[in-house]
Amino acid sequence: MQKSIKKYFPLFMLPTAIAFLIGFIIPFFYGIFLSFCKFTTVTDWKWVGFKNFSRIFVVNGKVDTTFLHSIWYTSLFTVVTVVIINVVAFAIALALTKGIRGTNFFRTAFFLPNLIGGIVLSYIWMMIFNAVLQNYRMTITTSQWSAFWSLVIVVCWQQIGYMMVIYIAGIQNISPDLIEAAEIDGANSRQLLRYVTLPMLAPTITICTFLTLTNGFKLFDQNLALTGGNPNHLSELLALNIYTTMYGSTGWQGVGQAKAVIFFILVGVISLIQNKMSRSKEVA
Amino acid sequence: MAKAKKLNKAAQEVSTVRRARHGGLLTVIFTIISLIWIYPLVVVTLNSFKKKAFIFKNPFGISRYSLFSDGAEKWEKGIKQVFFGMRNYVNAWNKTGFPRAFGFSLFITVFSVIAIILCTSMAAWYIVRVKSKFTSLFYILCLFSMIVPFQMVMFTLSKFANILHLGNPVGIIVVYLGFGAGLAVFMFTGFVKSISLEIEEAAMIDGCSPVQTFFKVVLPIMKPTVMTVTILESMWIWNDYLLPALVLNINKYKTIPIAVQYLKQSHGNIDWGAMMAVLVMAIIPIVIFYAFAQKYIIEGVLAGAVKG
Repeated sequence: MQKSIKKYFPLFMLPTAIAFLIGFIIPFFYGIFLSFCKFTTVTDWKWVGFKNFSRIFVVNGKVDTTFLHSIWYTSLFTVVTVVIINVVAFAIALALTKGIRGTNFFRTAFFLPNLIGGIVLSYIWMMIFNAVLQNYRMTITTSQWSAFWSLVIVVCWQQIGYMMVIYIAGIQNISPDLIEAAEIDGANSRQLLRYVTLPMLAPTITICTFLTLTNGFKLFDQNLALTGGNPNHLSELLALNIYTTMYGSTGWQGVGQAKAVIFFILVGVISLIQNKMSRSKEVA
Repeated sequence: MAKAKKLNKAAQEVSTVRRARHGGLLTVIFTIISLIWIYPLVVVTLNSFKKKAFIFKNPFGISRYSLFSDGAEKWEKGIKQVFFGMRNYVNAWNKTGFPRAFGFSLFITVFSVIAIILCTSMAAWYIVRVKSKFTSLFYILCLFSMIVPFQMVMFTLSKFANILHLGNPVGIIVVYLGFGAGLAVFMFTGFVKSISLEIEEAAMIDGCSPVQTFFKVVLPIMKPTVMTVTILESMWIWNDYLLPALVLNINKYKTIPIAVQYLKQSHGNIDWGAMMAVLVMAIIPIVIFYAFAQKYIIEGVLAGAVKG
């Protein structure tokens, strides 16, 4: 059978292989190569070694903390959103699996924002934030912290419904026998949550934590539309920082590409840890 | 024994009563929370019918005057002063070329997803059934591509797309197929591995060619995964901003997210009247799609989360 299928390589494999080559393989490896070059487009490269990487942190002998600030700001943003999104989504999921009336409607309402894309979502909230903040003579970009919390609210509003759906499925997968057995043994609802529901949900919690983690690290659209990195690049998350470095001014493309490589390594490490953790859970 | 049973029953009754009472309270609380949750959408819809000046002067109300302190008559007059019908929509329609943007978004999403489904499901079947160095390398690279953030490839990808003349709604399908292949191949191979070989062998013995076997036997079995991949990829492509903004010839082809974003850039500051109307027009198709496909969307999200 393998032989007869193999003859059809051009039909079955070739379209995907060619597109994958154009859409991923070549751009990825050429991107790594270009991070060691000075260039303005893909054909005029000149090898400069690690100069791009050092220029991320030191420019003309002066220390540039923009990228370090961005890493720190992104990490803080990610931690805050991971905690809020998961706690709230879990709480809502817990309430919506109690069989209360109107559950379907609530689930629909909470999930809806997730389908609206980052750009559209951001302008909806920009209008609302500015309408509220004008009473205090502020805008979203008055300080890096007003920008920070605006972003947090928008991202939570978008993702809580998504994670809620996953948590609901997880809770519904717990065997009713297990809960009944615990109840017969005299467990109260808090004990039930602590000793039955939470341990049984460990794989779901891992999934949701890492989804929100990578979402936080990779956030771009909302950042671009809502704050644009203002004030003065202080609210730039990593993805936007790379974008502005690359397209903000000429001569910096190499540095932008070098930042992108670092960004890729950061995200890659997170994914590897996730992979390890979910594997070890499977065994246990 | 009998006593224990009785006690148990009593306890159960108490717990159902308590649960019911809790249930009623929870329903009220969640009704309020979920209304607050979608309130931003209500405000935007309301504001899309207001005169520009009143969007920020009176963002959450519907009248210039208060019903309580100014009286009903003045309040009613105030409503007429705040709203001016569909004029924001007409303005936004002309300013952003919304029908064109909608058309481009729809075209790109539909045909990219069709291309992804068709090509990657075939590739996945080939990868699982033909064991070779090439297919296993290809599979590993697909997995690898799933963890690579777009910023890593955005510059080189958009330049190559430019060189290959892919900066149009047809060409970008190739780019989406390439960059979206990882997840789709991963999902499909996972499913193909679970299909028993015997079905396919039977079909081939009965005289089916591999092409017929794939389209008549394998693809129909894969329907659940096809739905999942369709949902995941269309949610991504419909809302995607950066990839089309970099790849497409932006002067000619603006998708909805790009049209929304450019409403800001072309003026420096934002025409909020037109913006409100565009936002509503951008949300309506999503809400309609959600209303019809909710079940599949939730299932798709779940399948995607567990596997990804």
